[in-house]
Amino acid sequence: MYQIDRRKFIKTGLSGLALAAVPLVFKLDPSKAFAAPGGNGMLKDYYRHFEVDESTIRKIMSIALDKGGDYCDLYFQHRIGNWIGLEDKTVNQAYTTIDYGVGIRVVKGEQTGYSFTEEITPKAMELAAKTAANIANEAKNIAPVELTYHKTPNYYPIKTIWEDVGIDRKIPYLQKINDRMFDKDNRVIKSQIWFSNSSDYILIATSDGKIVHDYRPMASIYCSCTAEENGKREQNGFTLSARQGMEYFTPENLNYLADEAVRRTVNLFKAVKPEGGEMPVVLEAGRSGILLHEAIGHGMEADFNRKGISIYADKMNKKVAEDFVSIVDDGTNLNERGSINVDDEANDTEKTFLVRDGVLRSYLHDRISANYYKVNPTGNGRRQSFRHMPMPRMRNTYMLPGPHKRDEIIESVKNGLYAEAFSNGEVHIGAGDFTFYVKSGYLIENGKLTKPVKDINIIGNGPEVLTRVEMVADDLKLAESGGTCGKNGQWAPVSLGLPTIKVSSITVGGIS
Amino acid sequence: MDKKDRLKLVHWVVDTARKKGADDASVTFSYERDISVSHRDGELEELSESTSNSLGLAIYANSKYSSHSTNDLRKDNLQKFIEEAVAMTKYLSKDEYRTLPDPKYYDYDENIDLDINDKSYSRIDSDRRVDIAKKIEETTHKKDKRIISCTAGYGDNHFETIRVRSNGFEGVNEGTVFYAGVEVTIQDDDGGRPQDWSYATVRHFKDLPEVEYFAEEAIRRARSKLGQTKIESGRYDMILENRNAGRLIYALYGPLQASSIQQKQSFLEGKKGERVGSEKLTIVDDPLIKQGLGSRLYDSDCIAAKKRVMIDKGILKDYYVDWYYGRKLGMEPTSGSRSNMVFGYGDKSMDDIIRGTGKGILVTGFIGGNSNSTTGDFSYGIIGSYVEDGKIIKPVNEMNISGNLSELMMSLTEMGNDPYEYSSMKSPTMLFKDVYFSGI
Repeated sequence: MYQIDRRKFIKTGLSGLALAAVPLVFKLDPSKAFAAPGGNGMLKDYYRHFEVDESTIRKIMSIALDKGGDYCDLYFQHRIGNWIGLEDKTVNQAYTTIDYGVGIRVVKGEQTGYSFTEEITPKAMELAAKTAANIANEAKNIAPVELTYHKTPNYYPIKTIWEDVGIDRKIPYLQKINDRMFDKDNRVIKSQIWFSNSSDYILIATSDGKIVHDYRPMASIYCSCTAEENGKREQNGFTLSARQGMEYFTPENLNYLADEAVRRTVNLFKAVKPEGGEMPVVLEAGRSGILLHEAIGHGMEADFNRKGISIYADKMNKKVAEDFVSIVDDGTNLNERGSINVDDEANDTEKTFLVRDGVLRSYLHDRISANYYKVNPTGNGRRQSFRHMPMPRMRNTYMLPGPHKRDEIIESVKNGLYAEAFSNGEVHIGAGDFTFYVKSGYLIENGKLTKPVKDINIIGNGPEVLTRVEMVADDLKLAESGGTCGKNGQWAPVSLGLPTIKVSSITVGGIS
Repeated sequence: MDKKDRLKLVHWVVDTARKKGADDASVTFSYERDISVSHRDGELEELSESTSNSLGLAIYANSKYSSHSTNDLRKDNLQKFIEEAVAMTKYLSKDEYRTLPDPKYYDYDENIDLDINDKSYSRIDSDRRVDIAKKIEETTHKKDKRIISCTAGYGDNHFETIRVRSNGFEGVNEGTVFYAGVEVTIQDDDGGRPQDWSYATVRHFKDLPEVEYFAEEAIRRARSKLGQTKIESGRYDMILENRNAGRLIYALYGPLQASSIQQKQSFLEGKKGERVGSEKLTIVDDPLIKQGLGSRLYDSDCIAAKKRVMIDKGILKDYYVDWYYGRKLGMEPTSGSRSNMVFGYGDKSMDDIIRGTGKGILVTGFIGGNSNSTTGDFSYGIIGSYVEDGKIIKPVNEMNISGNLSELMMSLTEMGNDPYEYSSMKSPTMLFKDVYFSGI
């Protein structure tokens, strides 16, 4: 998967707009970071790119810790994002964004001082370090130690970095999807197709002596479809998203995207609203993992637990579900949207068991909470950008396969709901109440999927619903579209997964 | 960089874009200073302070359009950024509707003072900020022994936005925002840990409420959730508290936009002049309210801001029409985005409305849910209290309301006299008759 040629690092600018026939101005080849001798071949390039060196970083760290902070880190980031959009059958809009800067954080116990600067100069960094230092107010002074390069694995190998893919290569993809959608069904009246990709170049230095860099690619195509039948309109959409390169968008994937967007839309013409109330719900394998994200994932983020405000704060090592239920949060899945080679505090990522064989096993930690609980960090310290302080966040959250079969699960339900597509969810972590919005699904009547249903919210209580996971199939699937998770005003890409499961009873929105 | 330097830079970007081949260019420069403090359980928790800059550039070249943003303001890099932005635009399809607005719409009244920039901002020092958060937290914490955790925060923001359009617009918008609040979690006997908050956002520092307001409101709300349960599915009158009504009204905002109409994703398409809600539903978009959180003299198209009646006693009067989609639809532009939303208010308080309710649910919070702008279908999770014979009986949770917005808006029977102060959505308490709630 790696390219062999070492790309030339041309440092004449940083704009990095991906366009054809114009020389590229910023390129770091991520693959080389792992091929180079000693593994730190790219470190020099990252230093040069951000116009810093080890001695400057250590000087800034000394200033940051000058007022008695226990720990500090510097998070350098350069994000280059491209977006193109098809509307009314032509690709007539494009948007590019560049974000560049360094965040400086000082930690003292559970306290945090934070500042960032978009100008990476010693003077601007000193000022930011002094601001962040103010969280502490003590005479003691911990000196930063020598930085050692920390090698990471690569969970998102790609063939070509996005800065090498011109807009002219992407445009035909959108046109193909559009044509297929209109060919597929004559009820289609509008499509909107959005192609977005980004590259994040990240360099993290910590006062306990780690220096690490990461290249994080991301690509998504979102496809919206509006259709009309007998004067009635419906709209729906489908997304493919992953830490991938252009090669991810194979003809098969593009066709699938177009077909799913159309199928999910025209299906809604036949859709009814179920009668609201408590009923058994079967969740389709894949993006139904939104259930785990809301019902248990957020509640297991350690910041909510060290503060005592999560419903799970007193449930560690207790039985919370049937023996065949195991739930993980995993940063290591190849090319998944929520995977990270290293977290945003320079800690290694891993596959963390929230629930193993029905028993609650681990919270999701950042550095502050790992310190608080005196456990190893789990690699969940993430942040939206250099403008934000890290906190425990999910990565790819999914349930491991269980002993049942999909068909037997559906057959076991007399009257219930089969949920297939989801838009959004929310949780109140103290009360444990959570919801997720079912964009489409089916009624289950006498063990069979019957009428399609649409636009209903499902609401439940996290710990209660976990105990009601009655059956788990062997068909685990991760969401093809992943998701974007919001917490305390910060957004993070994540993914979700689930085998087909049955929840014996949960409140479904609906009509009388 | 001071204001003069920023303005100079913006003009340089416009000129450079045109030299490189753009027929027209629009440049927006945003400068922001953000400071925030939080205090939790007796200790300063977080301190954050930073300045950000962002330069946005839109290129109009040969009937093609693209937009770009960067915060890397080094001149050489900017030069390259502009060149590439223009070069990239060539690959896109022509779109004859993409132009800068006709300059006749730029004519805003410079003499209006919206009073959104508090001059006292520069006199607020770090100690003062920490002190506010600390006092709110300490005062709240003392209110109830069952408190597990309490976090209070204070923050302020000073911004300046410069907009220059190559066909003759220049405007600078400067303002301030101050906010404070507290969230509190208390232990329930049933093992739950209900949480609630109080929060205020204002344009002038002196208008932040007293410490006691935050403490009292947050703790009252959290306590009202103790012992919450779901109740039987059925039809209840829905009393929607003012601070949450905005979430439901927001579901109408998407379908009111020209972009939704042009893309055939609005259930309100073609409904201008028709009834879309009961007599009680009046929504006015008013950008010129003094000290308003959504106030402005012009919008992001630089179209001069005007007060507009969107829905008048249930009759749809206007859409949110921006320049681009307005041209596509052949509609006169109004504004593509909302400013302050004000409503037709009634004469009853929330308590009066509760007293007049036979069997209802007072909704004090939404959880999750969504609405479909194409069909008007919605479904939301709710939290609140069961009301019987004019009295609050017990807290409820884990229930959903579902239906269609057209029907729901027709069932609006009462508007309160209590616009929510701390938002640009100044919704009052709203009463809807016979809404279906699903629970047990």
